[in-house]
Amino acid sequence: MSRSPVFGLILAGGISRRMNRDKAALEYRGQTQLDRAFELASRHVTQVFVSVRADQTLDATRAQRPMIVDSAGEGPIAGIRSALAAHPKAAWLVLACDLPYLSDAALEYLLRRRDAAAFATAYTSAHDGLPEPLCAIWEPSAAEALADYQAGGGHCPRKFLIRHGARLLEPQDTRALENVNTPEEYRQAIATLEKAPMQLKIQYYALMREQAGRSEETLETSASTPAGLYQELAARYGFTLSRDQLKVAVNSEFSDWSRKLNVGDAVVFIPPVAGG
Amino acid sequence: MNFRFTEGAIDTESARRELQTSSAGGYVSFEGWVRDLNEGQEVTGLEYEAFQELAMKEGDRIVAEALRRFPVKRALCIHRVGSLSLRDMAVWVGVSSVHRGEAFDACRFIIDEVKHRLPIWKKEHYRSGDSGWVNCERCAAAPQHAHAEPEHAEHHHDRVAVSNPK
Repeated sequence: MSRSPVFGLILAGGISRRMNRDKAALEYRGQTQLDRAFELASRHVTQVFVSVRADQTLDATRAQRPMIVDSAGEGPIAGIRSALAAHPKAAWLVLACDLPYLSDAALEYLLRRRDAAAFATAYTSAHDGLPEPLCAIWEPSAAEALADYQAGGGHCPRKFLIRHGARLLEPQDTRALENVNTPEEYRQAIATLEKAPMQLKIQYYALMREQAGRSEETLETSASTPAGLYQELAARYGFTLSRDQLKVAVNSEFSDWSRKLNVGDAVVFIPPVAGG
Repeated sequence: MNFRFTEGAIDTESARRELQTSSAGGYVSFEGWVRDLNEGQEVTGLEYEAFQELAMKEGDRIVAEALRRFPVKRALCIHRVGSLSLRDMAVWVGVSSVHRGEAFDACRFIIDEVKHRLPIWKKEHYRSGDSGWVNCERCAAAPQHAHAEPEHAEHHHDRVAVSNPK
């Protein structure tokens, strides 16, 4: 039996009552939760879609991504069923958008242990050992049972997995599946992720290009400001210019040295100029 | 866009035509040339390098500022990048206006700001075989020169053209 391909589905249709705002739009280092989840999934499967309600298709946080619009009622089951209906031959890596600690390693582990013969492959919760349906791979074979479940008034994907069984995996990193439901949890996640290394793009010009031996690079850094980044790179490449002789640009605009850097920012250190 | 880069020779004739308008009574231009001597060193050629994305935005802002500050009609600046030889034109500024006074002022303003604000760098090659990034090598030891090229270190002769002044 050949295994169906896996596509990604980011669930971003829910309304967050406890956060009192759109969870998908919460930001970490300038990147929305939705974008983070989308990019994470994109590193592991070939196609990723955002699951939305019909009234969200023009929403700015969601609109620039490929979408699958709910066509089967409300809630996560509706999202999963709509995806299974849109591409009936695909299995779906279904992710809630509010899992800020979710890592490449956790997805890799899940995908490697996928059991295509089960309705789903899912992690168990570190808290209660029950299946986590919103960081799971849902198989095409689950479509019919999901439809029946929903027709019988069911709306909880976790209860569905408990009733119908799934291939269950213990999480390697117990924090990976922690979600963010309250403003306090959000603050904690911001503080934690602020310290995590992030990817930046650096371009070098003139003397700095020669001293760095390259004109650009993408690197992982724990520096959170251009000042910290310069300190790190000056130590690595032995730049002869001190920071007070330089200016700095972030995303092609002059910037403060103390500005908070965001994931994917492009940084250029500007040595003393000599145009004209 | 009122500021741009070119990798080839600056076409001053077509740039000048862009400034022409029947309300302008004249135009002033400035050309920066590659000179053979800088701070006592014999220069044989040089290279200009630019962070073009930012420099074009900032260059455009400089020209827009000039158009706001001085009652001139049009203004344009073109900067060359790449390898240049002695006598090559590195930069061109042109301003057209009703009267000449403000055209001179705006032209001067633009070239001064361009030299100080745009992320453009110049590497000189010397007769001695040495080479160096202007304002970067020496100022590593003398930071007060950062971002402020002294007047005597200017790297070109000035040529000012005035046509049909009123």
